[in-house]
Amino acid sequence: MTTPVVGNQRTLGFSQPEPPPPLRKPRTSLKVRNALIGWTFILPNFLGFAVLTLTPVITLFYMSLTDWNIFGTADWVGLDNFARLFGDKSFHIALGNTLYYAALHIPITIIVSLALALLLNQKLRGAAFFRTVAFFPYITSIVAVAVVWNMLFSPEFGPINQFLGMFVGGDLPGWTVSKDWAMPAVIIVGTWKDMGYYMLLFLAGLQTVPTELHEAARIDGAGAWQRFWNVTLPCLRPTMFFVTVMVTIQSLKVFDLILVMTDGGPGQATLVLSQYIFQKGFEQFQFGYASAVAVVLFLICILVTVVQFLYNKRRDA
Amino acid sequence: MTARTSPFRRFGRVLLYVTMIVAAAGIMLPFAWMVISSLKLNNQVFTAPVQWIPDPVQWRNYVDIWVKADMVTWVRNTLVVSVAVTFLQVLTGSFAAYGFAKMRFPGRDVLFLLYIGTIAVPWQSYMIPQFQMLSSWGLNNTLWAIMLLQAFGAFGVFLMKQYYESIPDSLSEAARIDGLSEYGIWWRIIIPLSVPALASLTIITFVQTWNDYLGPLIYLRERPLWTIQLGLQSFIGEYNAEHALIMTGSVLSVLPIALIFLLGQRYFVQGIATTGVKG
Repeated sequence: MTTPVVGNQRTLGFSQPEPPPPLRKPRTSLKVRNALIGWTFILPNFLGFAVLTLTPVITLFYMSLTDWNIFGTADWVGLDNFARLFGDKSFHIALGNTLYYAALHIPITIIVSLALALLLNQKLRGAAFFRTVAFFPYITSIVAVAVVWNMLFSPEFGPINQFLGMFVGGDLPGWTVSKDWAMPAVIIVGTWKDMGYYMLLFLAGLQTVPTELHEAARIDGAGAWQRFWNVTLPCLRPTMFFVTVMVTIQSLKVFDLILVMTDGGPGQATLVLSQYIFQKGFEQFQFGYASAVAVVLFLICILVTVVQFLYNKRRDA
Repeated sequence: MTARTSPFRRFGRVLLYVTMIVAAAGIMLPFAWMVISSLKLNNQVFTAPVQWIPDPVQWRNYVDIWVKADMVTWVRNTLVVSVAVTFLQVLTGSFAAYGFAKMRFPGRDVLFLLYIGTIAVPWQSYMIPQFQMLSSWGLNNTLWAIMLLQAFGAFGVFLMKQYYESIPDSLSEAARIDGLSEYGIWWRIIIPLSVPALASLTIITFVQTWNDYLGPLIYLRERPLWTIQLGLQSFIGEYNAEHALIMTGSVLSVLPIALIFLLGQRYFVQGIATTGVKG
């Protein structure tokens, strides 16, 4: 007589105490089955992810060691592309500009977005409206935003210089048409656009700071600044770490903002690494050499992230 | 309570309000300028001093732009891509997240590490090999390329996994004992419970795809395939002296996103907060 199988393997043990089932075999087959089901869940997304992200990342390293031209024929050149980087002035400029952008954009964005989050956390009336306003630039398209800012920055008739002219006499900044001011202009727009996103992250982090700690510090006579420095900031550590990593990578890869605002100009004043990869690859079709530049960008991003991660681990310990 | 009535405190509150209002005005200024300029005559855009109220109001700009620019095609292409990407991302992302959050099997954590690792890898660094690969499949110059590019991002998996982990395991355990398969648990228990997270992911993905400029720039070379961002950028280049009309185009490209944002703000904020808190 065959007993009807009710439920899945897990419930089988309950409904069928006799005869005692061999312990090992069902266990392992259950495990295999479970693993297979787990994989089927992940597979649709993972296939796309593996093919479209992991494969190109691996291919990148191979391409950087070849002389890959527009016809798709690859000649192995070893480390020649990387040797060429040492003598490439434009590459040096792009690298320098990327670090310049990052060096200002990272701290300014963190400070401004944290300040906005602290302001919003004061439970003021209208805070919800303000949150909407501060986050709005982040969701608007870079093309529309760039063209507006370019007009605002227009040196002769733009509202920004008109405003500045009321306070400062003499030479006003030429912003996007000046070699010295183009990068600060891009950084201002970058910060304006991104700060709302990080503000939200900080705001979420601030909700995890226990109010009892603040109360205790207040009773001990700590001022607002001391409470911020000794209570809020330490409690925000995980958020701060996440935000720092994200802002850093975002700054190092900066591209579309610059492409539509200044196109790297004037001259090469705002040329950054990502754009140099784009120029070498999609405008001059030197795919091999462009890949070598891309490997540099890749390694910088990974290195910075690993260092931040290790630093965070050490502080945790 | 006593603290609130002290004059010093009160002054602090007022100061905070002033800061908030000034900051809000400053942040919104570019948008205000964009809308105002879009309603002006061309030669009124740059004046000294700035003319804050357009006179006469040029509604004409909003009619002319449809003639001068191929807005209909651009919006259609962008919609097709955005809807397809959003559908794929939400479906595969929430499916994969169930595997990561609710099941245990060998290799799971290693796989997830792979996903996390890509946070540190900018798309700009592998866009060239990716372009080579998709071109060799004949997908260059098709909307398929943009769909594939965006649909399998790690973000959806993170967001949904984070949310699923907040759903108590006892629910899926109970369903398992009742004989529901894992797929059944996902579809009948977890999905109905994760509507807020699904809404977040839908809105965020849609907006991201709508706004994407770099992907279309690299893959879509032919005019009939252009998305709204590419179209707007070329319009700016072609009519670079028509400042008012450019602003009109910009307003139109931002408008749908602004509406979606205002309606679904809550989901935006929650979505970003959930992926950020745990890091």
